[in-house]
Parts: sequence; C-alpha cells; structure tokens
Amino acid sequence: MASTTTTVRSAGPFTGSRSFISRLRDGDEIARLVTFIFAGSVVLITLLLVYELWRESYLPRHKFGFGFFVTSVWDPVFDKFGALPFIYGTVVTAGVALLIAVPLGIGAAIFLAELAPARISDTLQFFIDLLAAVPSVIYGLLGVFVVIPMMRQYIQPALKSSLGFLPLFQGPAYGVGFLTAGIVLAIMVIPYIISVSREVLISVPRDQREAALALGATRWESTWKVVLPFARTGIMGSIFLALARALGETMAVTMVIGNTPTISASLFSPGYSIAAVIANEFTEATGDLYLQSLIELGLVLFLLTFLLNGLARLLIVVTSQRGSGMGQA
Amino acid sequence: MKRLVSLFLAVLALVTMGVAQGALSINGAGATFPNPMYSKWFDDYHKKHSDLEINYQSIGSGGGIKQVTEGTVDFGASDGPMNDEQLKAFQDKHGFPILHFPTVLGADVPTYNISGVTGELNFTPEAIAAIFLGKVTKWNDPLIAGANKGVNLPGNDIVVVHRSDGSGTSYIWTDYLSKVSDEWKNKVGKGTSVNWPAGLGGKGNEGVAGLIKQTPNAFGYVELIYAIQNKMPYGKVKNSSGEFIKADLASVTAAAAGAAKSMPDDFRVSITDAPGKTAYPISSFTWLLIPSKFSDGSKRDAIKGFVKWMLTDGQNETEALSYAKLPKEVVAKEMKALNNIQ
Amino acid sequence: MSHRLRWRKFVSHFMLTMTGLCALVAVAVLFFILGYLVYHGGTSVSWNFFTKLPAPVGEAGGGMANAIVGSAKLLLLATLLGVPIGFFGAIYLAEFSGGTIAFVVRYAADLLNGVPSIVIGIFAYSLVVLPFKHFSTLAGGFALGLMMIPITLRSTEEFLRAVPRALREGAMALGASRWKTIASVVVPAAYRGILTAILLAFARVAGETAPLLFTALGNRFWSPGWGQPTASLPVMIFTYAIAPYDDWHRQAWAAGLVLLGLILIINIVARVILSRGVAVPRT
Repeated sequence: MASTTTTVRSAGPFTGSRSFISRLRDGDEIARLVTFIFAGSVVLITLLLVYELWRESYLPRHKFGFGFFVTSVWDPVFDKFGALPFIYGTVVTAGVALLIAVPLGIGAAIFLAELAPARISDTLQFFIDLLAAVPSVIYGLLGVFVVIPMMRQYIQPALKSSLGFLPLFQGPAYGVGFLTAGIVLAIMVIPYIISVSREVLISVPRDQREAALALGATRWESTWKVVLPFARTGIMGSIFLALARALGETMAVTMVIGNTPTISASLFSPGYSIAAVIANEFTEATGDLYLQSLIELGLVLFLLTFLLNGLARLLIVVTSQRGSGMGQA
Repeated sequence: MKRLVSLFLAVLALVTMGVAQGALSINGAGATFPNPMYSKWFDDYHKKHSDLEINYQSIGSGGGIKQVTEGTVDFGASDGPMNDEQLKAFQDKHGFPILHFPTVLGADVPTYNISGVTGELNFTPEAIAAIFLGKVTKWNDPLIAGANKGVNLPGNDIVVVHRSDGSGTSYIWTDYLSKVSDEWKNKVGKGTSVNWPAGLGGKGNEGVAGLIKQTPNAFGYVELIYAIQNKMPYGKVKNSSGEFIKADLASVTAAAAGAAKSMPDDFRVSITDAPGKTAYPISSFTWLLIPSKFSDGSKRDAIKGFVKWMLTDGQNETEALSYAKLPKEVVAKEMKALNNIQ
Repeated sequence: MSHRLRWRKFVSHFMLTMTGLCALVAVAVLFFILGYLVYHGGTSVSWNFFTKLPAPVGEAGGGMANAIVGSAKLLLLATLLGVPIGFFGAIYLAEFSGGTIAFVVRYAADLLNGVPSIVIGIFAYSLVVLPFKHFSTLAGGFALGLMMIPITLRSTEEFLRAVPRALREGAMALGASRWKTIASVVVPAAYRGILTAILLAFARVAGETAPLLFTALGNRFWSPGWGQPTASLPVMIFTYAIAPYDDWHRQAWAAGLVLLGLILIINIVARVILSRGVAVPRT
C-alpha cells in the first residue's frame, strides 16, 4: 500500500501560532488527540507488561543469576529452581513439531501455489485458515482422547521395534511425552507455515519460473531449484512464526506432555514446557521465590517469542519486497 | 446499524440483569482431596439458602493456601496444614491469624491399573517408598511380590503417577513416606510440591485418577473417593502394627482416634502412620482455612453458618462419599473455636 | 526420450503428487477434528447441557449453562476493551500519525501479539486480580481484551489504508474536516474489513484458556455481576477432559463441539463478508 497520509492544516491565517486551546476547539485536533491516546495506550500497556515481568522476577534473577538457565533442579521444598528442564522441553517439542510440520507445510504450500488452479487453491487455503482458528484446548481434548492412546498402542511400540536402537525411541511407552506433544504442536503450526509460504511463493515473479521452464526444467525442478530458493527467506520467516507459536502453546501441551521436569534423550519420556509449568503451578506457588521463578520463566518465554517474531517479520518483508521489486535471482 | 446497536444493548442488558440476582457470593479455593464432599455440601447448602452461593474451586491445596493468603478468595482448603512459615506470612500480611477447621477424614490410597490384576494388592511401606524413589521399577519386583504371594504380577515397568500441582494429597503421601523411610525424608522430604524422583504428573486428584485410568501399569495415589467413584482397584497398606489394612470408614476413623483425644488448639495434626491395629496408615484430616477476621459482616456470618451446618447436618452426608466423620471431641472443640472468627 | 529425461519427468510427477498429498493431509486433519467432535459431542449436546449448572463431583446430569453465559460475558468485556483501542488506535495510525510514532505503535502491537497467552494471564493476575483481591470476570475480560487489541489494530489499519486517497480528498474538497471525512467516508468505506478484523479477533480469543486460568478462575454457580469468578467454556473443557469421570468427558466433547462450532461459524462469516468486496458499500 503506497498511500501516504496527508495532514491538512486548518485553513486560516496564523495557523502555526494558534494556541492549543483554540486548536482544541477544532474537531480535528480533538480527533487527533483522542485517537493518539488510544494508540499510545497500546504502547503503554506493552511497556507495562514487560516492566511487570522484569520487576516481578528480581528475586530469582539476583539469587540464581545465569545459573537459572543451566540448573535442572526444580525443588519447591528446598527452594531451588532451575529453568533447564522447561527450556529443554519447550525446545524439544517445538523442534519435533517443526520437523514434522515444515516438510508437510512447505509441500502443501508448493501444491497450493504452483499446481492447484486458483479456485482450488483458494478453497483449500480457506479450510487451512479454519484449521488455524481451532483453539488450543480443543487440540488438547483430541490429544488426550485420540493421540495419546494411538501413541501408546500403535505408534510408540512400532517406533520402538523398528528404531529402538536409537536413544530417541527408548523407554516405556506412556503415551504422553515429548513426541506426543511434538506431534500435536505440529498439527497446530502447519496452517501458519502453509499460509505464509503460499503467499511468499505466489509473490515470486512469474518470469523466474518461466525462465527455468524455458531452459528445459521440469515443473518440479523449476519449483525446487528456482522458486523455492528465491522465496527462501520468506519461508524461513514462516518457520520462525510457526516456531514462535509452538513455543508459547500452553493447553494442548500440558494435556499431553506428562508434566514432569525431566531432561531425557528419549522422545518417549514425559517432560515439561515453560508454558505448561506456569499454567500448572502459578496459582499455588507459595513463597515469593517460587512465584517469581515462574514469572522469570514467563519472561524467558516472552523474550524468546519476541525475538523469533521479530526475525520472522523481517524475513517475510524482505522476501516480499524482493519479489515485488526487481526480480534478481 | 441502529438495529444492530439496540440489539447489542438488549443482549448486554439481558446478560447483566440475568445474573445480578443479589446473591451473596463467597469464594473458596483449595484441596481436590475433599472436592467431591465440598461440592456436594455447597450444593446442598445453596439449596437450603438460595441467596448464598459458596463457589469452591479445586485448584489444589497449595493454591488454596496461596490464594487465601493473597486475599483473592474468602477461605481456603488444604489437606496439608499450613506450616509455621505460611502462618506467619498470613499474619504478617493481614495483621490477624488464619484458623484451621477440620471438616472430614479421608485417606490416600495406592491405586493401580495392571491388566489381569483386579483384586487388592498388599503394599509395604518399604515397597511404596522404593517405587516412588524410582528404585523399584517393575511390578514383579520381589519387594512387591513378597507381600502378594499368589498374585501373578507382570514384569512390566511401573508408571508412577504423582501430582503436578501443589497438593495436600501429596502432602499426606509424602508425610507418610517421610515417616516410614529415612531415605525419602532426606532425599525428598514432605510438602505440597516436592521434587519427585520418578513418574508422570497429573493435575489434581482428578488428573491423577484420569492418568492412571488411561495408562496401563500405572501406580499412584488418590483420595479414596476418587478410586471408588472411578471403579479403580486400590491396595492395602501395612500399618505400624504390621497389619495390611484397606482404607475404609472404620480404618480411617481408627487412625484419628488417638489424635481426637489430644487435638491441639489450632487443629493442626498429622495422623499418618497412626498407632492402632485397625488404623489405616495414610489417613488425614482436611481443613478449611478461614481468616479470623472478616471486614464484611455478612460474609463472616455466612461462613460461620456454613461451618455450623457442616459440623452437624453436614457430617451426616460424609459417609455416603466414603469420607469418615469427625470424632465427636473434635466437633465440640471446633464449635467453640468458631467464636474466634470475628 | 532419454533415460535421464524420463527419470526427471518421473521425479517431477512424483514430487508434485506428494505435495498434493501434503495439502490433502492438512485439510483432512481439519475434517477429522470436526468429524470427531461432531460424533462424540453431538451425542452429548442436550437440553441439560445448555440449561443446567454443574452437578456435584461424581454425579451425572450437570450442564454448562453457567460456562456458556460466563464465556459470553468475558467476550463482551474483551470486545469492549480490545475493539475501541484497536479501532481508534488504527485510525490514528492510518490518518494522523507520522512515521516514527506509527512505527513505535506498530512495533508495540506486534510485541503484544506475540506474547504467549499464559504470560498475558500473569500480567492480568498482577494488574487486576491482586489489587482488587478477587478473581473476576473483569480480570478475565481484561486479559482477553489485551489479546484482541493487536489483531484489531493491525487489520483495521490495513483496511483503512486501502481506502483510496481519492475518496478522502473528494470529501475534503467538499469542505469536510478531517474527522468528518474519517467518520463518514473512510470508515464506512472500510467497514467490511474492519468488521472482519473484529470478528476474527473475537473468534481468536473465544477459545483461549490459559489466560483465564488465573483471572476468571471458575465457578460452579452463576457468576453475579462482573467482580466474581466465572466459569467459561474453554476452562471447563480443560478441567473435565483431564478428569476421570466419563460423564465429564461427554460434557467436554459437547462443550468442544459448541465452542469450535461457534468459532468456525464466526470465521466463515467473517471471510464471506470480506470476500464480497472491499470497495465502497452501497448504502
């Protein structure tokens, strides 16, 4: 959108030197002021939120310092708190989710952007947008009653018997655990990867594809070797967006991950994530150090998602601009 | 556009009006251990006093202690009595003490989900401690099998289930384990939230029961009524006299017999591993945590009224839900203690 | 045709079919979710479900009437908070502001959007629950409203910007002041998009559970007024799903169906409104 706003000065002599009060009687100034207050409140609220998170976590920050991030003990009885199991769980489940969702998502996006006729592409995208609207707790509901039994009865034993030599797939098959949470998260983030990647792929200029085809490439080769690399940064952006969503997910994860602060090489092991432990223990954290440690975890999560979202948007914007600007390969 | 606005306002009015009935609303939160009992009590009491709603949320004993100290709920509930630190924190924050009022007696039972085993298993204190410490990992371990001759225990891994939230039920369990196992006492200790050496976490008694029910080879602890209501098998535990006792009204009442006579004034007492041949060793009182001063007179009177009812008529409803009644001496003492609420 | 060429063509067909499968899988998941919910929830949705209060623990026959009303009240509050701030803030961004301020506001909105919902819950707890010493509908509505702000703000701004300059300049040429132009020309021109934005933001927060866990808490009875804890559909689904009682499971399915149905309907309606065109509507 290239429209710029035009500011209209009120007509009349000495416009620059009118006093604030007399300008205020002019409806425009009031409108400007009022809307500015609303816009400013957004900034204020956000600042307040960050400030509260920082302020309410000073106890563990001073007591544990950076040790907080590398300690794996979470012991409310002896007042020792370490974030490592939760960071581990958050990262592992998000990693598993991306491993599953990225190939599927990009594959689907390629289909929608390159192959499907526009109407089918739009219809399918419509359904995928609906998938993105399903709330977390519903995924959790299905996780508890569908995914967990399936994992415990079929998938985990199958993985164990075929790939059980890997430390990844060892240990008893509880049904809950890192792998289950990762799978549920994968389903939740696929729509984000698909919609953003599809947009980005569509914005790749046609002459890129046509040049490749003219040189004798097959449809797939033109997609894989020309279009995708062109859209690479935007697709990376979609992955970061998906990652940010996966990291912050609370309900679906806490219903399927097992709620145990464990660090284990096995994906079958139960674990914990930052969001899940806050949800479970916040209302009952007696003692300031306990409560503030939870808040510090919240701060960590916030910073992580903040960084990722920022990176994501940067990457997406860069790709779209490249695409709509001069199409240099 | 105008029609939309007036429709919107009509809905707004409806929603607000429909629920501003002028009922006095009292909020409590805490233990899941007595939740089936409390939810029945508050429901019945509401039927008798329709202008009073006592909304109880079972978020775990830890939550009850925390929120009543913060002042965000009018009363709390816990099966782990508040320790001295927590009492002091409340006193410091509010300027007056908080009081404990026992309501019922209940029991933590060891419940399990083993295919092929539907009967009652016998558990020794050593076995339970070893399982929860993560030292015994299979169902057919000699420590378990030794007490269960004749039962075909599979060689499967035990899936230990504990609470993921701050829980009085956990407090009772870990209090018992600390008494019967020095290793547990030194390594883990007792509390509403501990550093569990092994197992999965479920939220609330409900969550633990749900998890055990759905997970084969699971083993965990829940309050008696949860095992009964969900038709889950639960085992006998060996008490300090060497007898394997199953949790029921009689054995839980027997556990409280000694404490009833020597109940301290603040009602904080532990009856785990109680002496007595028929006593069930993992029994406990559960308490309402009520501030000793209320700025709102109607709330104070409402709560006092409820406690009185609870100590008289309410006690007649406990056995249907497998909670044992309070001993007579305790009831009398509590009636007197009610006067301390101002 | 050389072997190599045949192989490349085969790879091309194969890979492209695979991508089609990927798309199919993604869409199939949606239908699976819907189907499962309809199957399990459909049988449990009953008159009781909509009209009764929860029964005591372990007894059958309760309903979620208070949760439905509770969710309605929470969403009402959220809309009252989130939409004005988002809407008027967007007007400022699109019509009045300069570059730097716009950048800062947009950045803050994006930041707020990315905050995990559980952290919003923490914020609302310390800002509303603690000072008032009450879990309340107000606190829950506040948390949800915060989440609505960025979505409403960014989308409204985009649709306002999309209104052609010519419309604005035409109005001003006729002598209308800035704010009159905005109120009677620009906003009506963008109203479809704005409505869509509001509906989508609404649907997004309707399903949120985490921020309600320590703000609205829960209630087994009706919640009078706005200052008391209240039951809500998402929290009930969570509580009932992890419990062991079969009756509760059935109610959780029913609630899931109702909630998802509501959210999907709002989404579909919003997109249909949008697709009908973003140009000037006929009055």
